Amino acid sequence: MHQATPLLELRGISKTFPGVKALDNVQLSLYPGRVTALIGENGAGKSTLVKTMTGIYQADAGEILFDDGSVHLSSPEDARALGVTAIHQETVLFDELSVTENIFAGHYLKKPKSGALDWKRMHERARQILLDIEAPIDPKTRLKQLSIGQRHMVAIARALSFDARVVILDEPTAALSHHEIEELYEIVERLKAQGCAIMFISHKFDEIFRIADYFTVFRDGQYIGQGGIEEVTEEELVRMMVGRTVDQVFPKLEVEIGDVVLSVKNLSHPTEFDNISFDLRRGEILGFYGLVGAGRTELMQALFGVSKQITGEIALKGKSLEVSSPAEAISEGIVYVPEERQAQGTILELPIFQNIGLPQLSTINSNGVLSTKAEYEVADRYATRLRVKAPNWHEKVENLSGGNQQKVVIAKWLATKPEVIILDEPTKGIDIGSKAAVHEFMSELVQEGLAVIMVSSELPEVMGMSDRIVVMHEGLSVAELNRSEFSAEAIVSAATGGGH
Amino acid sequence: MSARLRVGVTDMTNLLKNRETQLAAVILLMLVLIGFVNPDFIAPSNLLSVYTESSILIILALAQMLVVLTRCIDLSVAANVALTGMVVAMINSQYPDLALPAVIAAGILLGTLLGMINGLMVWKLGIPAIVVTLGTMSIYRGVVFLISNGEWVNAHEMSSSFINMPRTEIFGVQGFAIISVLIIAAVYIFTEKRPLGREMYAAGNSPTAAFYTGIDVGRTQFWAFTISGMLSGLCGYLWISRYAVAYVDVALGFELQVVAACVIGGVSIMGGIGTVLGCVLGALFLGVINNALPVIGISPFWQMAISGSVIVIAVIANSRAERKVGRIILRKATLARG
Amino acid sequence: MDGIMSQTTQAKATTGVSWMSRLKTWEAFLLLITAVVFVLNTQASPYFLDPWNLSDATFNFTEKAVVALPLALLIICREIDLSVASIIALCSVVMGLLAQAGFSIPVLVLGSLIAGTFCGLLNGVLVTRFDIPSIVVTIGTMSLFRGITYIILGDTALKNYPSGFEYFGQGYVYWVFSFEFVSFLVLAAVFYFLLHRTNFGRRTYAIGNNPTAAFYSGINVARHRLILFCLVGLFCGLASVMLTSRLGSTRPTIALGWELSIITMVVLGGVNILGGSGTISGVVIAVFLMGLVTFGLGLLNVPGIVMSIIIGLMLIAVIAMPILLRRFKQRRG
Repeated sequence: MHQATPLLELRGISKTFPGVKALDNVQLSLYPGRVTALIGENGAGKSTLVKTMTGIYQADAGEILFDDGSVHLSSPEDARALGVTAIHQETVLFDELSVTENIFAGHYLKKPKSGALDWKRMHERARQILLDIEAPIDPKTRLKQLSIGQRHMVAIARALSFDARVVILDEPTAALSHHEIEELYEIVERLKAQGCAIMFISHKFDEIFRIADYFTVFRDGQYIGQGGIEEVTEEELVRMMVGRTVDQVFPKLEVEIGDVVLSVKNLSHPTEFDNISFDLRRGEILGFYGLVGAGRTELMQALFGVSKQITGEIALKGKSLEVSSPAEAISEGIVYVPEERQAQGTILELPIFQNIGLPQLSTINSNGVLSTKAEYEVADRYATRLRVKAPNWHEKVENLSGGNQQKVVIAKWLATKPEVIILDEPTKGIDIGSKAAVHEFMSELVQEGLAVIMVSSELPEVMGMSDRIVVMHEGLSVAELNRSEFSAEAIVSAATGGGH
Repeated sequence: MSARLRVGVTDMTNLLKNRETQLAAVILLMLVLIGFVNPDFIAPSNLLSVYTESSILIILALAQMLVVLTRCIDLSVAANVALTGMVVAMINSQYPDLALPAVIAAGILLGTLLGMINGLMVWKLGIPAIVVTLGTMSIYRGVVFLISNGEWVNAHEMSSSFINMPRTEIFGVQGFAIISVLIIAAVYIFTEKRPLGREMYAAGNSPTAAFYTGIDVGRTQFWAFTISGMLSGLCGYLWISRYAVAYVDVALGFELQVVAACVIGGVSIMGGIGTVLGCVLGALFLGVINNALPVIGISPFWQMAISGSVIVIAVIANSRAERKVGRIILRKATLARG
Repeated sequence: MDGIMSQTTQAKATTGVSWMSRLKTWEAFLLLITAVVFVLNTQASPYFLDPWNLSDATFNFTEKAVVALPLALLIICREIDLSVASIIALCSVVMGLLAQAGFSIPVLVLGSLIAGTFCGLLNGVLVTRFDIPSIVVTIGTMSLFRGITYIILGDTALKNYPSGFEYFGQGYVYWVFSFEFVSFLVLAAVFYFLLHRTNFGRRTYAIGNNPTAAFYSGINVARHRLILFCLVGLFCGLASVMLTSRLGSTRPTIALGWELSIITMVVLGGVNILGGSGTISGVVIAVFLMGLVTFGLGLLNVPGIVMSIIIGLMLIAVIAMPILLRRFKQRRG
């Protein structure tokens, strides 16, 4: 089944962070000239593994073998020296530097004798690579002037600029249009022909079956199995990934849908989205689907009062709103659970109870003086309801697992008794158990009469939980479907700009 | 196939043009206005003299730029200048026969060491640069007192070559000016053509991305401080020979002028942004103001308030320029840029 | 699991475990050093323990300390103000001019407080409205404010302060306890309460740790910062009253270079210059530590400029020591 020796092999790798064991004794092999798909749900440990393979993290246990010899990757430099290169899920690049410099940062081309930078050669090579991947970008442009899709292409160009032997692609197609995806497949074929060992992370099965030779499945940080892709079916893969049947994952309850509570008309931003209109009803879960960078988060942040420069109308319960700050949105009853949990959702260094009470400090402590007892009571009520796992509510949020951190964020907003709750990628990067809890919770919320907006990039999730789906593409609303009209093809096609 | 968009070179150069040309235009305007009041001021020989007077500030501003690029700040530059200046002055007054290049080299070496101390604490101990340089600022200046016992080294105690070397003229241009031009060229080459120079930009723009791409942020900060120290050491000599006297309060408070020059020149205090041209123009801007005030009849007591206001205006302008462009998602928005 | 939790939650409600342990480490460390310096001082000079000498020594630091208190909050909130000494100078000039014009003492005091608050307001507006890092704003206003004092005074001085005005800087509340010292103690208690026991203090820590998340949680970050800058300015005004009253005159060089000592007091007190953590108790201990060091060195006739070497070394050493200790432990363990 497998070739003789893997080019890169991981054995018994474990990695623990405070509160969570991200990787537990996992194994993985990558073979030259072959694509191995790493499959797993959010929180399965894939991104952690990628960072361990590229020297960003160091494993707590286990060994890494390259070309049959044991290696220690103590920094990104070490990984690159071996020829391991990755395109991470979130592009981490330099806004102020040119495309060329982004491609060559850390491995500049120099003039042989003087050691001076050879810009001419670098610009040329950059131009060549960009042409190869059909991304018509002038390499002298500053990165911050490019769109999200273009930045992603620069990240790919950077990965290709190395003499790579191992190429890791972590959700590479999340931000790409149909045409760019085809382009990517051609790049992968070329790399295979060059003898590179490729790891491909995706949760889209059509891509996996199209491009992979082997598969490895992780679940909850553990290695579940591996094999040849032609020997396995999608159902078997899902069962390995999830550990139970699909129905159990998305507990969609029958809820009576009430009046329109939020009405948005012609909402526009100069660069981020244009002419968005939709209605949201009580008891409803409205899903927003689209590629990464489609403008959904920007739209939600606008509803929450984070962006200025918004034109259009927002009406809550029939009353027209001017939301110019999160504080205002919160007081009106619109709350937002951000996609970036650690940067925007919660203050890691503060204890759980302080995080939960933060938006309502003036209400809980009405005379301005802190009353830990009062805050703690409020926190206790909601943290318990959401089943946050922690020794007590004095625990700092940074010590919790991703799933529990997310629960704290949700608890914080629930405590404000909102009308509308916006969840932006609520199950991103959290383990299966917490994920199910969040879904169950969403269903409870709408039963109680709240209205929920859910932004999600996971098709099964958005199809499983939503009553209606709005699809966005490049900042525009391109489709709106009722539950009875849901079809995977229609949704994905709209999201990738098909039928334009 | 859907049309993908070309983003041109013109965008970037337009942006460049804005900051530096605006500043150059302002300086020209100032010169014109001053010329109305006092035509002698804008005579070429006087302009050359203004440039010469600004040389030390230019050199120190360039040094500070490197540090600020890496998201640090060096408040100890003035104290460094004072200490290295006092040391070379004392060496010269006690050993007047020692060859001048050797004395100057000693000063530069000392300055480099002082800079390395800053750099090591930031790199290896991870202490924020502002705290380190607040500390070394006091320490270095205090040491000037310790080694000199509060006494001055006066002009008559210095050898004539010591005082006159930077004043010697080549084709009518003083040594000060020539040295500063050489330094400008050197720093320009460093920031454009040397990997370490570009790494400083990268490290300041995004320490995370720098880590991912294998650039050691701490190391770039260390070298920035070292170079800053080296150039401060050079300026130690230049300052003392310029004013022909060395004492404890040499260059007291000058670090503010240095940071001001950077800021006016468009160097971002958040790191990653700044050009040699901008920095030089920022220093010249202050140089013109400082030189022009007495000439147009504004008492020197106005100098501080004016540079303060200028800094405030400059940072407002900086923040406008640095404002993060929102995410460009709409196709029509990218079209507009092309 | 849930049932057990609710019983123990009541009991644990008033104890904040993780916060306390971290506080205790830095303050205990500082107290230790302070105690050592105290003992050294007693050995250095027989005059040290004389109550009136000790009282005289407090004048060295009380004015700066009064500014260090609100500045600590500002720094915890991830901002900085380098213009504090210049604000003191400007307030002093305002008082001098008011005195010259014949106004009474309450007007002088009010004038200084208002002028200070106004300066702080300017800093705050520039930082929040124009989104400019406070370090560069205050480098600019530092020159601007003191520059204005130079324009007004040139190289002259203002001396015509009404009699009675000297009470603030030279008067005593009871026995050896000067007005300045008592004011500092009272204000320390007030700021302790503000930072550690009120919503305002909680929000300060929240913003200092994660301004984005704080904003997303509905905190008006801009307004909070603005208030803190004004507070710093206000207390610069108060410090100016005390200082001017003590000196009896206003020169443009008044409080020159004070920003360094004031920031050193804050950072030495355990406040992280990058924001997010620090306590008033730490700052108070640091104030006394610096006061003792300065006083002790003064008794040994050490010149001021050499004292600043020691303060500089102390600042770096105290910050570096925990880092080095941690490294040392890691290498052994």
